[in-house]
Amino acid sequence: MSNYNFAYLDEQTKRMIRRAILKGLAIPGYQVPFASREMPMPYGWGTGGVQVSAAVLTPEDTFKVIDQGADDTTNAVSIRTFFERTAGVETTTATCDATVIQTRHRIPEEALQEGQILVYQVPIPEPLRFLEPRESETRKMHSLEEYGLMHVKLYEDISRHGHIATSYAYPVKVEGRYVMDPSPIPKFDNPKLGDMAAIQLFGAGREQRIYALPPYTQVVSLDFEDHPFEASKADHPCGMCGATDSYLDELIVDDAGGRMFVCSDTDYCEARQAAGHKGKDAA
Amino acid sequence: MQAAPLSGGFANTATQSAHAFRSVMEAMARPGTIQDIEGASPPAPLSPAAGAVLLTLCDTETPVYLAGEMDCDAVRSWLSFHTGAPFVGPAQCMFAVGIWDALGPLSIYPIGTSEYPDRSTTLIVDSAGLSASGAKLKGPGIKDYAALFLPELEAFQANNLLFPLGLDFIFTKGSELAALPRSTQISRLDSKAGAQVGAS
Ligand SMILES: [Zn+2]
Repeated sequence: MSNYNFAYLDEQTKRMIRRAILKGLAIPGYQVPFASREMPMPYGWGTGGVQVSAAVLTPEDTFKVIDQGADDTTNAVSIRTFFERTAGVETTTATCDATVIQTRHRIPEEALQEGQILVYQVPIPEPLRFLEPRESETRKMHSLEEYGLMHVKLYEDISRHGHIATSYAYPVKVEGRYVMDPSPIPKFDNPKLGDMAAIQLFGAGREQRIYALPPYTQVVSLDFEDHPFEASKADHPCGMCGATDSYLDELIVDDAGGRMFVCSDTDYCEARQAAGHKGKDAA
Repeated sequence: MQAAPLSGGFANTATQSAHAFRSVMEAMARPGTIQDIEGASPPAPLSPAAGAVLLTLCDTETPVYLAGEMDCDAVRSWLSFHTGAPFVGPAQCMFAVGIWDALGPLSIYPIGTSEYPDRSTTLIVDSAGLSASGAKLKGPGIKDYAALFLPELEAFQANNLLFPLGLDFIFTKGSELAALPRSTQISRLDSKAGAQVGAS
């Protein structure tokens, strides 16, 4: 551990990231530019989230990493190990025991509490990017609250598919002001973004943006009166724990193409099974 | 007693600034809550809390304005030694520190631009009266409402109307702090509501 600075980053970099986090909390949903540093892992591995975690961790924290709901993917394990080594923090897979949770593409099923911090890895922070590639223009659009094009795009979905086809990174409006990309979480998770007791921080490494949602912030998924937002999921109970309220992954379980649906949040599923809940596919 | 410039900084920078930042972040994320912050022993008139905030957030990249009696040799030497922050006037500063009466009027500070509302000043209001009384706070970070003593209401209400532009405030006293971001809506707390906050 002595070969590293605490949590890897040098103090000046942490100060810069910390200042950006405070601005992000003061202006919920606004993307604060920051000077992203090279991290000893490729960009796709969540260098933005890693830098935000490095700036907020204290030695007393208990750290959890989830990758699409799972604690045991290569990505999650390597980030967890990185902070065990560089920050000496305790780590856990139990959502309720963690004080800082770094996540890629999910919000835990278990409601988060005050005192917890959820750090998202964000690949593309700009929700208007696919409508307008130029940063100077999207910045202007945000400053003028020019979000009409975004609604047009969602409405085109409706005319083409009969419903809004966007199912990940579904855009939200924060406190009636900024349209924000919630990172590629399934839209099933969108309702958890608002009124959350925990602090939510978003880090995009390649794009060099940090943004934030303070606790109890109003977050509304964009929709239309005749097509209200729906937090959909696969219409099955979990095959392992029987949960009907969790987001499910579809798994192929045998060579014959047999399928089963299982909670994407592995901690949630395992805790339910340990408590005696059993799904139809459980052994 | 004046502390020498070389003393009174964080003994273990990485750990103490991580703890101090957590306090500042919790305060900014939950307007009105009062947080402990430790680790700094700055020279008077700077409070230990204000000193810790400056050590945590300031360096050569953050111009600082010292308002009123904060602009003295002891504070200048201490801050220079520990942070390297350049001293500037209010129109150029990223951080301003002083007592409330010395910091005003708020119109002298950058409030950001419509495309970069983050390019604004954070004011550290030292010797603040930290208590859950006087002003009623609503907005992001606050469940229902919070209460916080503010030196006046109008200046902060006007600042909130500038949102998403505006100034952010950190109130410090002794080894405690609270924060008021630009997003917080402020009204006068009636005494009945104050009693409820006190009881909760
Ligand atoms: Zn399950």
